Amino acid sequence: MNTETLMGDEAIALGAVHAGLSAAFAYPGTPSTEIMETLQAMAEKGATTADGAKFVAQWCANEKTAYESALGASYAGRRALVSMKHVGLNVAADPFVNSALIRIHGGLVVVVADDPGMHSSQDEQDSRALAAFARMPCFEPADQQEAYDMTLEAFEFSERHEVPVLIRITTRLAHSRAIVKTAAKGRAQNPVDKAPQDMSWILMPAVARKRWKILLGKQAEFRDYAEERSPLAPASKKLGVVTTGLALQYYRENLEDYVAANGEAPSHLHIGHYPIPAAKLRELCAKVEKVLVIEDGYPVVEEALRGVLPTPIPVLGKMTGELPLDGELNPDLVRAALGLPEREGVPAPSLPPPGRPPQLCVGCPHADSFAALKEALLEYPTHAVNSDIGCYTLGALAPYNAIESCVDMGASIGMARGAAEAGLRPTVAIIGDSTFYHSGMTNLVDAVSHATNTTVYILDNQTTGMTGAQPTIAPSSRLKNLVIGLGVESAHVRVLDAHKRSHEASVQAIKEELAYAGPSVIIGVRVCIEAYKKERAK
Amino acid sequence: MKYDIVLCGVGGQGGISVSVVIARAAMAAGLDVKQSEVHGMSQRGGEVLAHLRMSDKEVASPIIPRASADLILAFEPLEALRYVPWLRKGGAIVTATAPLKNMANYPDPDAVVAELRKIPGAALVDADALAKEAGNARAANVALVGAAAKHLPLEASALEAAIKELFARKGDAVVEANLRAFEHGRRANP
Repeated sequence: MNTETLMGDEAIALGAVHAGLSAAFAYPGTPSTEIMETLQAMAEKGATTADGAKFVAQWCANEKTAYESALGASYAGRRALVSMKHVGLNVAADPFVNSALIRIHGGLVVVVADDPGMHSSQDEQDSRALAAFARMPCFEPADQQEAYDMTLEAFEFSERHEVPVLIRITTRLAHSRAIVKTAAKGRAQNPVDKAPQDMSWILMPAVARKRWKILLGKQAEFRDYAEERSPLAPASKKLGVVTTGLALQYYRENLEDYVAANGEAPSHLHIGHYPIPAAKLRELCAKVEKVLVIEDGYPVVEEALRGVLPTPIPVLGKMTGELPLDGELNPDLVRAALGLPEREGVPAPSLPPPGRPPQLCVGCPHADSFAALKEALLEYPTHAVNSDIGCYTLGALAPYNAIESCVDMGASIGMARGAAEAGLRPTVAIIGDSTFYHSGMTNLVDAVSHATNTTVYILDNQTTGMTGAQPTIAPSSRLKNLVIGLGVESAHVRVLDAHKRSHEASVQAIKEELAYAGPSVIIGVRVCIEAYKKERAK
Repeated sequence: MKYDIVLCGVGGQGGISVSVVIARAAMAAGLDVKQSEVHGMSQRGGEVLAHLRMSDKEVASPIIPRASADLILAFEPLEALRYVPWLRKGGAIVTATAPLKNMANYPDPDAVVAELRKIPGAALVDADALAKEAGNARAANVALVGAAAKHLPLEASALEAAIKELFARKGDAVVEANLRAFEHGRRANP
């Protein structure tokens, strides 16, 4: 037994290695990035599984390709992990949903880091809902120790029940550190052992119908497991509390004060395993006069408990306003929901501090690209600048005010293309190199096929910047040839120096491509300041 | 015993490494520790916040509840002001005085400092000057830890050991400068 101080992300990475991980795949995305970074750092230092075997830890082009690689590793009989942020699961939704139907061979664990409060995201979707949608079991750790333990447990469960397991964490767990006890000796890797050739990996309709029945049939055993693993502590008859995942800690933070004020603790059910343990919920509700549900994210358990018919006892939570429907949960919100008074602190300052929004680094190449683009667009009073997910989204704010949309990975090109086809011209798509590899290429193929009058401006900073400068899936030197290979005429693929010193030349080139009536690509090249610093620090 | 610290500043000021120094010293003292920090988009020149909690009992929430922090350790005065609602009655503030004005609507820095001075237990420290005196302008964050040392339920020697451990990779000169910055900080707020 060892003890280490670990972030939730690190605890999962270490748990996977101790579980006999053979291969891990991911695309960077806050707050999940550090899972792969930890695995890669371990691998670089020569870490192995218990049998002395190395493991694979690779960044991929996007979450879908990462998921499919993990499926292949499971097919080969080996334990595989795929990690992503919550919106990444949308990208990987196709393999994710279908993978629940196949007969998983080597354990497959899918780690999804949700971001309630949208610290670094476009939405706050709850991956527990997607696990339920896919009829896939879901584990939700309550702290770093459970993040470690549940990773080991999830691999065992996955192999025992021949199904992938989704581990759902949130930003706060991913990025907070606590002391974790880890196994002194892990488990060896599985040998390469191809999945039995019994058609269970061939999701053609006739097979899929059988596999779907099998998956539906397994739900009872998944639920039984969740029932068994959900601890119920009966106490007060007045109030029952249900907590899930990390919300347990916010409840525990206030429990002493609750007991002091009420003379007894609420009856308490904690859920860390799904499908929702319905029998345990019924058992709790039979013992109490009302029940409060505390969960970070969507009211997943609360909605299930509430249903559509009147409940025999009041159900309190996000849907009744005891807790907010949006944003990140915290101990103060839970305190109020438990009916405890606010703590008295020092008087509030009379000067309310204005917010300090994030911004591009000083010297960021994106700033110079925005300056050139804005100048080139001056002669077009009507135009569209559709952008994408990355540091350059900050171009929406002052002083740049350079972009007009940001929806999802790759949407810049699709939207600029669609707007152009609908008659809005000129349209420009602003996309980073990493986002282009992730989801931009297929949209560019559409633009080429239809000879769309649009200009794609790839901000090539040679890294995945926003998540802390991870390498892109292909080197910058290949980008121009890739774009030409996708069918853009080489005369309309322009490579620019994304620096003030080349401002005039850049403006001129952008003007020429805006005037061109077909698909054109501008590649603004200069390395990310952060990536440059990180490389130098090595 | 429990001790909760809000560490706040602006992206790139080294707030998270300071949090690590204090956390390591606390663990060496046998305390349970939870530490929460922000990554990703908000790090780019925006507000940076870390919560550090230590206790001789098990720590539950990784986030410090409002009105319960024992100390606000701030690398920038406006950020100190932002987190005053987290300070408990009788809690301490140790803040750097130099404003970082990377925003258009930064209030009058004198007004910010005046607001902070109204709070009993606030110590305002010119951390940049202390770091320069110590021979490394980048050690302002460690100088602040020094200035906060008298409040922390930890031995100065434990903090020094954690500083050595954190900066060991960067060579003796950096370690020495940070230890000096720590010492200058202690003397600035004895």
